[in-house]
Order: sequence, then structure tokens, then C-alpha cells
Amino acid sequence: MPSNRIEIDPIYCKGCALCTIACPQKLIEMSDALNEQGYIPAVISSGNLARCTACALCARMCPDAAIRVFKSVETDGGQS
Amino acid sequence: MKRLFVKGNEAVAMGALEAGCRYYFGYPITPQSDIPEYISREMPKLGGTFIQAESEIASINMLLGASACGVRAMTSSSSPGISLKQEGISYMAGSELPGLIVNICRSGPGLGGIDASQADYFQSVKGGGHGGYHIIVLAPHTVQEMYDLTMLAFDLADRYRMPAMLLGDAVVGQIKEALVPHPYQQPSDLPTKEWAVSGKQGRSDQRIVKSLFLGDGELEAHNWRLHAKYKQLQDNEVRCETEHVDDADLVVTAFGSAARIVKTAARMAREEGLKVGVIRPITLFPFPIATYQQAAQTVKKMLCVELNAGQMVEDVRLAVNGKVDVAFYGRPPGAGSLPTPEEILVQIKKHCG
Amino acid sequence: MTTVLKNVFDRPVSLKDVSTHFCPGCQHGTAHRLCAEAMDSLGVQQRAIGVASVGCSVFLYGYFDIDVVEAPHGRAPAVATGVKRVRKDDFVFTYQGDGDLAAIGTSEIIHAANRGEAISVIFVNNTTYGMTGGQMAPTTLPQQQTSTSPTGRNVASDGYPIRMAELLSGLEGVSYSCRVAVNNPKNIMAAGKAIEKAFRCQVEQGGFGFVEVLTTCPTNWGMNPLKANNRVAEEMIPYFPLGVFKDIAPMGQEV
Ligand SMILES: Cc1ncc(C[n+]2csc(CCOP(=O)(O)OP(=O)(O)O)c2C)c(N)n1
Ligand code: SF4
Ligand code: SF4
Ligand code: SF4
Repeated sequence: MPSNRIEIDPIYCKGCALCTIACPQKLIEMSDALNEQGYIPAVISSGNLARCTACALCARMCPDAAIRVFKSVETDGGQS
Repeated sequence: MKRLFVKGNEAVAMGALEAGCRYYFGYPITPQSDIPEYISREMPKLGGTFIQAESEIASINMLLGASACGVRAMTSSSSPGISLKQEGISYMAGSELPGLIVNICRSGPGLGGIDASQADYFQSVKGGGHGGYHIIVLAPHTVQEMYDLTMLAFDLADRYRMPAMLLGDAVVGQIKEALVPHPYQQPSDLPTKEWAVSGKQGRSDQRIVKSLFLGDGELEAHNWRLHAKYKQLQDNEVRCETEHVDDADLVVTAFGSAARIVKTAARMAREEGLKVGVIRPITLFPFPIATYQQAAQTVKKMLCVELNAGQMVEDVRLAVNGKVDVAFYGRPPGAGSLPTPEEILVQIKKHCG
Repeated sequence: MTTVLKNVFDRPVSLKDVSTHFCPGCQHGTAHRLCAEAMDSLGVQQRAIGVASVGCSVFLYGYFDIDVVEAPHGRAPAVATGVKRVRKDDFVFTYQGDGDLAAIGTSEIIHAANRGEAISVIFVNNTTYGMTGGQMAPTTLPQQQTSTSPTGRNVASDGYPIRMAELLSGLEGVSYSCRVAVNNPKNIMAAGKAIEKAFRCQVEQGGFGFVEVLTTCPTNWGMNPLKANNRVAEEMIPYFPLGVFKDIAPMGQEV
């Protein structure tokens, strides 16, 4: 079963780290490399992603609306 | 149409309503309060909105907001209030917004007094706020013109997308004269206001009314466009009344209420056999430069009369560019009384001799 | 049964897909997003007219996908009055900083509020003049050092920080006035609800709604975004208490 996902958009992320304190599971870290904008962006490891609850608190905290959140949900199949 | 006997200020209000203006924003000040008083009574009957704002600053900004929505809107005030409006007028000029600003000018500087004055000429025609812009300035000299030029001001403002000012004073504002009201006829070729904000309503583009231009070269290009409009105004919209200029030795020139006195004095001079003509600018911006230049070819001298210590005379001198001598007669604001025709006649004789 | 990934949080539609000029950690961005979310949720984007002020938020039109009128410094409530009186069925809001609204524009905000104009006002209080380089604002806290109060705001000569949300709540024309913060997810959600409520108050009732948002200015505070964010709880909220100061609009949930 696929895990929940967050996507941190490197176009918007300015590396403020506010998302790191917002995540109750402390899953988000700061990268060790600069992004194209010259900021140190937030990143989440695939290991940490597996523990993501898709609560979206990180995304709400982000001043730059850089984070999209996807929740893994079960459907009856058929429709998408 | 029947003739009415009304005050100049009321004629402004009537002209505005007739021209379809349904939004008025103002703050009381003498000698123009008859305008908001009339409008507060009559505009709501036509479904319009009258707001007595907390200040002239607020009222010019309400005008800015209403105008940004594409409707005909106005404010009126007198000198100290017009000073407060200059910030908003500059923003309107920069944002290319039409709108009518009426200045029933009083004497200054500072609180000054409430007597008739033309001391706001410079402020009106040279761009009274910051940034190097102009607005359209019309100078009525009768109650009828207070009515007619109010309508014209709305048309010109809409056509050129810039603020227009009606510059009067206590004389033309308070005097009661015959007025023949007539139905407003909107010019058929006025541009539609595709720039006005309305909520996107499904449009893909945003409409943005602003005067901030930070992109590379954007502001310069914007300013050149504004200046191109000033040139168009000069080419197409100058209005000016002349009397007996063709055979005149002396041209007397004046605008607004000073022109009333000057026209009487010139008639008296003619009766005495003096060859005197009159030039009366109706548009102060655009200024009737060509009319003065043409007159300068034939007349010997010009005399500029103003209810101030000499302001328009500078533009007359610039227009004739040294071709003829331009004398000045006037008094600074606060004289308490207007020059009489006889007094001007003395000046005419002095300069004819 | 199959498992799909459902998008549960995304950028609001009313917000344009562009990166802002705001400094890293600047919560103007958060306030922008919350306004856009509220417009989305009320479905008013297509009839929204924003009135931009002068300050770091001057580029409102760059970030919101709506029609915008730019007002002179402090005059947004007067401009919005003119707009709303013409476009009665449109949704009209101003977005103003604390220098803009609580200093140069004090007269315009008080009288627009007192007339009960059917507009919404978002007031971003970051205790400083951001755009011009961190000078003292009417909201600068006692003892706070700024570039024009280098030894700290001296209340004896500079006066006290103004609590605008409380001040306006005393006016008859105001339907809704509150103060929120965006320093943690809980407060952010409350802030979002408050903004939506202020907007709803206009849309459904023609009421004047005011939301003061406490935000950071990491750059001019000389702090990193995390430290700046901590300052909101440690120094700002104690002086500027969060809460609803007026709510005479009988609608929506309590904030
Ligand atoms: C009439 C006028 N005075 C001063 C300024 C300069 N100015 C620009 S923004 C600003 C204050 C901005 O502070 P604030 O409103 O708190 O917004 P912020 O930048 O912090 O978001 C000032 C004083 C101006 N543009 N116009
Ligand atoms: S969605 Fe929740 S759990 Fe997942 S990273 Fe964001 S804050 Fe952490
Ligand atoms: S809060 Fe947003 S901008 Fe800041 S580091 Fe996280 S993703 Fe980047
Ligand atoms: S200067 Fe301050 S208010 Fe302005 S964008 Fe930067 S952090 Fe935000």
C-alpha cells in the first residue's frame, strides 16, 4: 500500500524551516545543498515519508505555500 | 428649454448630474459647499451615492476607487482642500483614471480667506502633486459655462483617461445668473472602459489599476505615454474665446471671473475708440499657445489680468516668446475687493498709449 | 479495494502560481494564502476586487488572481469605499500593513469602519515598517529596537503601541473585529477561519470585518525565521492578545 506523500516544491521553498517545527512527527529536515533560488530547501526522506500522516500541518505552516499533501485513501476501485 | 436663475455652484452640480455622474465624495469648505448641498439632496433621488467623507484626502481616494470601477464620479473643494487632494490626484494621473475635481478657489496661502482668488493657477496647471504630470483644467467664467464645462470635463477625462479640474472661484461659484440647461449628449466615440475593475467574471486577464511601475524601463514608457496624451490635448482640445483680436493694438487676456471684468473693460475701451481685443483661455491645460502666438504677429502689446500676483502671465510670456511685451495687472489674494472695469480701463489706456 | 493518493492540501486557486518577493519566513505569505483560501471557499474569486496598500504587500496583484486597485499609502479603506459603493455585489477587501493602516491611514480606517462599509480589512501587524527598512511603527513594542528607535521604543516620548482590533471594535459600524496569529498550525487554522468569517460577514451581511494578523518580519527584526516566529508568542501575543473583540454578525462558527 503506497504511503502518504508530501511534495515540497523547490520553486517556492525559501528554506525558512518553519515546516520542520510544524510537523508533529518531525519528519522534515533541511537539505545540505542549495536549491536553484539559492536557498537551503526543506526535504523529506523516503523513510520519513512512510511515517507521514498527511495531516498537512507542515503545509499550513509554510508561508510560501510550497508544500502539497497527498493522502493515501482506499476506494472501491472502478472510479477514479 | 426654459431659463433658470441659479448659482454657479449649483450649475456645476446640475451639469454633473446631467452628464451621468452618480458618485460624489467631498468635505465641506467655503465657498463651494452649495455643490455638496445640492448633490446630497438631488443625487440620491437618481439612485446615486453621496458621501461626506472624513477629509479631502479620503474623498479624493473614494473618487479614485469609484473611477477605477469605470463610473463617472466627482469631488469638489476649495484651495486648502485641493491641496490635500494633490496626493490622490497624482495617483489618479499615474493610474490613468478619469474623474472630475472642482476647485472653487479661495485666497491663500494657508487658511487665507474666502474671497475670490485665482492663486491656484500654478497648482492646477503645472501638476499640483508630485511626479511631473498634468491634468485637464477648464476655467468657466459664467454660470452657463459652469454647467457646460462640467459636462465637457467628464467627456475629456473619459476620452484621455485622466483627471479633469474645473477651476472657478467665489465669483463664478456664488453669482446667480441665467442658465439654460440642456440635455447631455455623450460623444458617440468615447472609448469604452475596458480597463475598469469589475471582479474577473471569468476573464482570463486581471484588471489592475496602479501607478507603480518597477519593471525595466516600464515607468519611463508609462510617462512617455502620459506625455503623448498631453501633446494630443494640445493638438485637439484647446478651447479659447477671442474678441476683436484681428485689428487690436492691445490684447487683454484673463481667465474665469477676471475675464468677466476684462471683457467689460475692453468693451468700454472700444467705445472710446481704442483697438483692444480679448483672449480668454477656456482650457488652461491645454493652454491656448497657438492663439497667443498668432495674436503676437499683429498686436503691439498684451496685458494679462489675474486675481493673483501674476501666474498665467508666465505662460502667456512663454507662448509669445518675446515677440510682444506682456504686461501684468493684478493683486495678490486677500485684496478683499475685485478690480473694477474702470480700474482695468485705466490700465488698458496706459498700455495703449 | 484500491488505494489512491488524494490531494488533501494544495495552493489555493485564488493565489497565482508564482513565487513571492517576500523574505524567507515572512508571514505576509501565510496571510496571503489564508485570504486566497477564504476567497476560494466562499467562491468569490471571480467577483473579488482587492485594494493594495503601500508596504511589502504592494504587489497584491502579482500574487492574487483577482482584479486589484492600488491605493496611496494609508488610503486603501477610502479607495475600497469608492470601489464598493460602485460594485455593491462584488467582494472588496483591503490588505494593509501596520504603518499603512495604523499610522498614515488612521483616519481612513476609522471612518470606513465607522461608516460600516461593506468591506473586509486584513491588517498585517509585524511591529515595524518592513518595506522601508525596519523603522518604528505605531505597533512597535515598548523597548523594541528599530532603525528609528535604536535604543528601543521609549513610550514616554514615542507613545504606546496601538491595539487596532480593540480600538475598532468600539465603533458601531464594525460587525467583526479580531486578532489572530500565524505562528503555529493551530493558530493558522483559527486565523483562516477568522478571515473567512470576516469575508463572509461582508458577502452575506454587508458588514465591515477586520482581522489583525500578527506576523513576523525576520529581515528587519534581525532574526532567523524560527527565532522570529518564536517572538510572536513570546513578545507580541502578550501585548496584542488574540481573540474576537466584536462579533455582532449572527453567522458562522465562533473563532
Ligand atoms: C506618503 C508616503 N509616505 C511614506 C512612504 C514610504 N513607505 C512605503 S511603505 C511604508 C511603510 C510600510 O510599513 P507597513 O505598512 O507596516 O507594511 P510592511 O512593509 O511592514 O508590510 C512607508 C513609510 C510612501 N510610500 N508614501
Ligand atoms: S503532512 Fe503532517 S506528518 Fe506529513 S510531513 Fe507534513 S506535518 Fe509531517
Ligand atoms: S516552510 Fe515552506 S518555505 Fe519554509 S522551509 Fe518549509 S517548505 Fe520551505
Ligand atoms: S521586509 Fe519584513 S515584511 Fe517585508 S517581505 Fe521581508 S520579512 Fe516580510
